[in-house]
Amino acid sequence: MQHLKDLLYRLADDKLIIGHRNSEWIGMGPILEEDIAFASMAQDEVGHSQAYYLLLNDLGEDIPDKIAFTRSAQDFRCCHLVEYPIRDYAYSLVRHYLFDMADAIRLKHLKKSSYKPLAELALKLSREERYHQLHAQTFMQQLGNSTEEANLKMQGALNEAYPVSFSIFEPTRHTETLAVEGIQPTEDDLMKEWRAEVESFIRSCNLLIPDTTDFVDHFGGRSGYHTDYLPPLLAEMTEVFAIDPEATW
Amino acid sequence: MSNPYQSHDPRMNRVSLQVGSEAKHQEGSLMQWQTYEVFQQQKRGDQHVHVGSLHAPNPDMALILAKEQFGRREQCANLWVVKSQDVHATSYDDADMFQHAFDKSYREGDGYKVKDTIETFKRQLDDLLGSRDKAPGEVAVAVPVTSQGGWKVYELPATDKGERKILVKK
Repeated sequence: MQHLKDLLYRLADDKLIIGHRNSEWIGMGPILEEDIAFASMAQDEVGHSQAYYLLLNDLGEDIPDKIAFTRSAQDFRCCHLVEYPIRDYAYSLVRHYLFDMADAIRLKHLKKSSYKPLAELALKLSREERYHQLHAQTFMQQLGNSTEEANLKMQGALNEAYPVSFSIFEPTRHTETLAVEGIQPTEDDLMKEWRAEVESFIRSCNLLIPDTTDFVDHFGGRSGYHTDYLPPLLAEMTEVFAIDPEATW
Repeated sequence: MSNPYQSHDPRMNRVSLQVGSEAKHQEGSLMQWQTYEVFQQQKRGDQHVHVGSLHAPNPDMALILAKEQFGRREQCANLWVVKSQDVHATSYDDADMFQHAFDKSYREGDGYKVKDTIETFKRQLDDLLGSRDKAPGEVAVAVPVTSQGGWKVYELPATDKGERKILVKK
């Protein structure tokens, strides 16, 4: 049971934090149409986190609102990639691409998960995620193949985000058990599949694969060690809830 | 006169745009995207219906952006985008040409006599089926009994899908 909860917390927390981060673009997007699209996807991610929290609730954990709004940073299991500030739009787009491609590959396997409630949910989520992938890929291709300025901004963002995005696949002590029980492949296997896919796509966008030979890992998030960016995000996200935690909505 | 490149948006004002040939180039090709008209199809086989327009630099981007602007609030099976400039329209100055000088309602789609037959058919069905209590999932078949000028209703067991369906057989 612990291994299943470990996985669900990782999935849910990644979604909640990336959703909250991306929602920071609301009203600030580069153009109205994209502002709406990006905000809508951010809302999807928060919705997905709630769905995962409900699976945790079925396993005896607290209700989604309590899990989302009352835990301290060290109880979160999100990876470092989702915690970083939105920075400029190039960074937010590249992170959105890297994260959602990882999500797509994971969901593809979760649809076949031996844990049926998770398999059923994965099928539902992958429908919405299809658009996220199309959106991310279109922007990557358009901007990578656009003007020199656009290409340089995307390359700069990729150089920053790519090594950090490996944190999505940080193994935990439950990784092997999850694979043995057929709940999902190991994080290593998922990462290999993801790297093959994103690296060939990145090249098609006229962008270079960042050098990760001297790669410093950004691990720790899966065991509660986070960047300094997470606590302020949580403080902001839980601000309204904290005014009256017992209020009914 | 104020700088024509000055935006009222405080966030845009942080960017000090050059007024000159380069700035003009940007203004033309990148700063202002063209508009696309969006057509939405609710179900396969339905007509695509115009639902609005949006800004995009090319058709790929227009489709990606159209999905969230127009495909998210209601059922959608397919989207079309067409450059606004590719739409050719009549002039409102010529709107008079659509007016008939004399009554030509016989030309209008709803002017046909069959309309009365359809209305009668609907009313009779309502009389037969509408007022009765029906369990969800009940299926009824109404068959016209022309010699008596009425309808005979046959009830069938509920479908396993729990749908409420009325089949009309001629």
